[in-house]
Amino acid sequence: MSKYRNLLIGTALASAIAAPALAGNLGLGRPALPEEVAAWDKDVRPDGLGLPEGSGSVEDGEMVFAEVCASCHGDFAEGVDNWPKLAGGMGTLNHEDPLKTVGSYWPYLSTTWDYVNRSMPFGNAQSLSNDEVYAIVAYILYSNDLVEDDFVLSNETFLDVELPNTGGFIVDDRAETELALFSQEPCMVDCKETVEITMRAAVLDVTPETEPQAAAEPAEPAEEVAVAEPAPAQEAPAEEAPVEVAAVDPEMVAAGEKVFKKCKACHQVGDGAKNRTGPHLNGIVNRVIGTGEGFKYSKSMAGMADEGAIWDDEALHAFLENPKKYVSKTKMAFAGLKKEDDRAAIIAYLQSFE
Amino acid sequence: MTDKSDPTTTRRGFLKTGLAAGGAMAAGGAANAAGDPLITEVQPWAQELGDGVDATPYGMPIEFESDVVRRNVEWLTADTISSINFTPIHALDGTITPQGCAFERHHSGAIELRKEDYRLMINGLVDTPLIFTYEDLERFPRENHVYFCECAANTGMEWAGAQLNGAQFTHGMIHNMEYTGVSLRTLLEEAGVKPEGKWVYVEGADASSNGRSIPLEKALDDVLVAFKANGEALRKEHGYPVRLVVPGWEGNMWVKWLRRIEVGDQPWESREETSKYTDTLEDGTSRKWTWEMDAKSVVTSPSPQAPITHGKGPLVITGLAWSGRGAITRVDVSVDGGKSWKEARLAAPGQDKAISRFYLDHDWDGSEMLLQSRAIDSTGYVQPTKAQLRDVRGLNSIYHNNCIQTWWVKESGEAENVEVS
Repeated sequence: MSKYRNLLIGTALASAIAAPALAGNLGLGRPALPEEVAAWDKDVRPDGLGLPEGSGSVEDGEMVFAEVCASCHGDFAEGVDNWPKLAGGMGTLNHEDPLKTVGSYWPYLSTTWDYVNRSMPFGNAQSLSNDEVYAIVAYILYSNDLVEDDFVLSNETFLDVELPNTGGFIVDDRAETELALFSQEPCMVDCKETVEITMRAAVLDVTPETEPQAAAEPAEPAEEVAVAEPAPAQEAPAEEAPVEVAAVDPEMVAAGEKVFKKCKACHQVGDGAKNRTGPHLNGIVNRVIGTGEGFKYSKSMAGMADEGAIWDDEALHAFLENPKKYVSKTKMAFAGLKKEDDRAAIIAYLQSFE
Repeated sequence: MTDKSDPTTTRRGFLKTGLAAGGAMAAGGAANAAGDPLITEVQPWAQELGDGVDATPYGMPIEFESDVVRRNVEWLTADTISSINFTPIHALDGTITPQGCAFERHHSGAIELRKEDYRLMINGLVDTPLIFTYEDLERFPRENHVYFCECAANTGMEWAGAQLNGAQFTHGMIHNMEYTGVSLRTLLEEAGVKPEGKWVYVEGADASSNGRSIPLEKALDDVLVAFKANGEALRKEHGYPVRLVVPGWEGNMWVKWLRRIEVGDQPWESREETSKYTDTLEDGTSRKWTWEMDAKSVVTSPSPQAPITHGKGPLVITGLAWSGRGAITRVDVSVDGGKSWKEARLAAPGQDKAISRFYLDHDWDGSEMLLQSRAIDSTGYVQPTKAQLRDVRGLNSIYHNNCIQTWWVKESGEAENVEVS
């Protein structure tokens, strides 16, 4: 944004005052074009500086949110699994384990707008229109009971919204509250009479096993683990060798592994793969659609399972190209892979996992 | 920092070798009647030939060290893309962290950005908004500095109580490297900062962008735009080809894949400096802009992942110490849970905002120890206990936990992460 370039009057004055700081100009680089600055300078400040024109309603936001946000953040912004909760937690900041959400913790709405606009959805950042961002942010406000259901957020109403915890922050005060306290001559002998162990990590036992490829159960305290033996120097298993599947080209598998990065946020594959936001994909190729064990599919996907439809090459290509077109109302919030090569590579990669 | 050189050092080295190779060799490395077969019999490596020079064009650690790797704590985050792993500090020595096992923290995954595709923009309150290519950056006067980079959340899981059993997991969100780059000041001067400029906003080229506001004073002081670490190109996971180095300040500000620096008159209050990386106190208010990393230390060995395997007698107690406010001047070690302390030996004089290695050459009597270390920096700051920190901050803080760590070393030589009174 060329917001500072209007300060023409300032320029002459500035160079005069700032002159001593401007030592040794090497003349490297080139001037940035206004278009270039506009393309990258998308940040928004609490005072609204940088906010583009646009608007979005809670109602529209609910739809966009369901489509592109809910698979991780939940339909009501309540969060799925370990993904961030965006709503709730009011009044918990001085409790044990406070719940920090946009509503309960974030001081400025600009931060939400900026982050959604710049970095969301996860895996498809910078794909939303300005109006969609306004709508999503309006819906997040609504899900925090901060606005009514007929609210419309726009660049004009933006500064009217004040988040509850705006006044909840102080600038780092360690210099006053800690530094002197922690800068006293340390005791060297007879510093205390007794020492008792008051807590042990082994009781909690949430430490990953000290084994290179240990697949720890997330969030579940593992069973009694014997004291970490130095792990046997085991070769890290290379990628599943696609020996059984003669038709699979190793180069395609390697290419597919790269493309699969786009999927990793929601899907696991390979040894120890588990269902996450999406089902794990071991053995997906040529299996009946919608039959991954223990995963709750959308109704439409479950319907295909009843019909006995198969994830064959053709079906996978069609689904991966445009998920929502192939399976209407699929939970998979992914825009799709436009390049045929990418799809073929992914399919080859998936085929390499039994 | 008394340099009491210990005559047992060489003997210890011998011992260690014996243990690693034979395993079964009892204390003292006593040979059996026929002598140690590793010595008395000709070994294949002494007879046959090893690898030729080009066997590994870029060398990796030998297979016997394959357990010295970064590790992740899966339950901490929803997935591995926006996540963190930990440096195996329990298995390293010296001060420089090899790039290949230096912890990673990404918010949208580690991206691949070619030097040819790299652009750095400076805009905002400057005389001339500028674009630099990677080649342009290489033409500015260059500097070399060693600095530690510590995630503000390092040891964060330990706030509420002893939780993770290993120095790697409790203290491994840190690395210490020698950086080569251009001072940010030089680049800002090239663009010409306007007098009303008070802050810079730095952001990365990845999908998270990870924007942070830095006061201009710091930006003009010691911040580095770095493109090499430990002599070679940055690793992908550390921001190849260019990252920001913000000495002494929390790792989140060390923006990777740095693509833009904007000068402004106010902070931006981005996600990473409001909803995250802020410290909630007991009454529910939260500190923001807690940039400096307080002085801190940890014993890396012995520790839960590095138990004592040689029985009583000479023992090297070693660890790391660092401060975001200056150099480490002294480290004390306690073997009795803080009742009494001994000054450890610093391997080299402390350097500003860089890691120091300390050693305490100890004669272990085989009884239990409650092992602690306590760092003191050039400002006179003494690393506090967890109780002292909780008195000021309460229990809900996450970031900036620089408390004294305790390892309970048992008679067996095994160690456990504990809290003590």
